[in-house]
Amino acid sequence: MLDVPNWPGHLAGQHVDLRLTAEDGYQAQRSYSIASAPEDRDLVLTVARVDDGEVSPYLVDDLQPGDELEVRGPIGGYFAWEDRMTGPVLLVGGGSGVVPLRSMLRHHRASQSTLETRLIYSVRSPEDVIYRDELTELAGDDTIDVRLAFTRTSPPEWDGLRGRIDAGVLDDLGWDSSPDAVAFICGPNGFVEFVAQSLVALGHPPRQIKTERFG
Amino acid sequence: MNPLDGNAIAGPLASFFGTEMTTAEGSCRHCGRTSRVAELRVYASGPGTVARCPTCEGVLFVVTEIREQISVSSDGFAFVAGA
Repeated sequence: MLDVPNWPGHLAGQHVDLRLTAEDGYQAQRSYSIASAPEDRDLVLTVARVDDGEVSPYLVDDLQPGDELEVRGPIGGYFAWEDRMTGPVLLVGGGSGVVPLRSMLRHHRASQSTLETRLIYSVRSPEDVIYRDELTELAGDDTIDVRLAFTRTSPPEWDGLRGRIDAGVLDDLGWDSSPDAVAFICGPNGFVEFVAQSLVALGHPPRQIKTERFG
Repeated sequence: MNPLDGNAIAGPLASFFGTEMTTAEGSCRHCGRTSRVAELRVYASGPGTVARCPTCEGVLFVVTEIREQISVSSDGFAFVAGA
């Protein structure tokens, strides 16, 4: 949770750059998606700890309340969903790629949007699911559909999605292909590329498919 | 190495140009394809981050950020519109 003086507000899907400076002057900078909705009182980031990472272990393990960080943002406009958009929304997240999509879902609820919205969240195992309770609660909304897809381990007696999110899965779920439908895909490069190509193969206009990749 | 996309350089570009740039468009001087900045292939290694055309992989521009100093050399990319 960040307290940024003079924060101008953000759009759902935007990110910030965080810069850390070590005592010896060494600097490291990383981008993190904003997890909170524009309407939320607090500005929240969700940081996935990368074991051999340079920045995330510090943020997750060592950062204390009251510590100061250099923040640049909000950043981006392409990978942002605004409630003035008029078409149905498909959100596809791989791993921590679900973070900006969570902001969009919270914004959808806070703005009382009635647009049909579906989240497909690809994750290795049940233990890796971020925002589990919140997603379950959001799925209770008539206009929000949440699907988990487990790529390695699924819960016992799981009758939901397994494996990669390919054209067959997307076709079976039946995404609305009306011209104003928009898709947001966020995750590791290979995941994003594969899902985007699958949507294009199903005939969805590339310009309506918005992607954000992380390393 | 796996490329990122133009969202990854949105921060330094916004600082450099003074406005949000991921929805800005430009044309590749190598193959002519028009792309939005967010759609470019971005390779973040070394001191400079290289943005390449998603179609022909030609080098479009290089963003270098060292402390507060940001430079953008855009020999291969003609920015046509800042959205």
